[in-house]
Amino acid sequence: MRINRFFPVLLACWSMAVSAATPVDVFEFESAEQASRYRALIDEFRCPKCLNTNLSGSDAPIAQDLRRTVHRLLVEDALSDQQIRDFLQERYGDFVLYNPPFRPGTYVLWLAPVVFLLIGAFVLFRVVRQPPRELTLSEGEQARIAEIVNKAGRE
Amino acid sequence: MSRASLFVPLGIFLLVVAFGYAGFRLNDPHQLPSALLDKPFPDFEARLLTQPSTVVGRDALLGTPVLVNVWATWCPTCKAEHAELMRIARETDLRLVGIVYKDQPQLAMRWLNDYGNPYDLVLQDSDGALGVELGVYGAPETFLLDAEGTIVYKRVGDVNPRIWREEMLPRLGLLEVATDLDSASETH
Repeated sequence: MRINRFFPVLLACWSMAVSAATPVDVFEFESAEQASRYRALIDEFRCPKCLNTNLSGSDAPIAQDLRRTVHRLLVEDALSDQQIRDFLQERYGDFVLYNPPFRPGTYVLWLAPVVFLLIGAFVLFRVVRQPPRELTLSEGEQARIAEIVNKAGRE
Repeated sequence: MSRASLFVPLGIFLLVVAFGYAGFRLNDPHQLPSALLDKPFPDFEARLLTQPSTVVGRDALLGTPVLVNVWATWCPTCKAEHAELMRIARETDLRLVGIVYKDQPQLAMRWLNDYGNPYDLVLQDSDGALGVELGVYGAPETFLLDAEGTIVYKRVGDVNPRIWREEMLPRLGLLEVATDLDSASETH
């Protein structure tokens, strides 16, 4: 079988194609714990250029730079996770955090769901509590109905 | 059910339309609000493009208001704004500082030879480290600094005549960068 002979070659090509398609940074870490902190951090930050991708998922040059920066802060400067968050936030703003802080500028963002929930609860309460409406007819209306029924009975 | 309550759906509809309209008029989501506004320009060390042996720092930007422009030869928008920077350099006495962002010095030098050099000072940021300090996420980006080195304005994207007239001139007026510049740019 011809295919069989070429299969290993195909497999090799395929694996090369796969590795070329994912962003690969060659970074060294002092410990496995440090490496996993690094991975958690680059998953956490949002790439400033690409709106809906995190640093680990983006191939944008700025994402590469920021991954390198996170690595430097983590390994060389030995900063804590929170210090690294602050570093990036100071420079790139809340945008890089998927989880915006609670402060006057973001009150609407955080509180709007609560307000809507309260409105919903109020409306629900009103609807449920409302007693079923009783049908009361005035004397005139009752007389008219009697008249109609009578008339129908005669016919 | 009162007659007035029939208008509730219409009211909700109008509310949705108003939100949608406001949403479309919001700023471009690609324009990040600058975190560095009203903060001091960060400390840095950078080599001069023309004399790579000379390293300058933040001091080089102090003393007078200055326009700091982050650019690169690989950036088409930088080409588009170059003419406006040349005009600003020619017609005002605002000091212009260029930062060559993630680019090769030779290419940057050739660019300045070919298209003219509007900058009083050109710094190199080959690996983008200064860019990270500045929160740069793409070129071009332009900062206006007062004489103390505080960032009073940041523009992501090109500096065009409209941005210059509506955003930068009023701020420069506050910084008292020669008001005769206004007339210079208008008579042009």
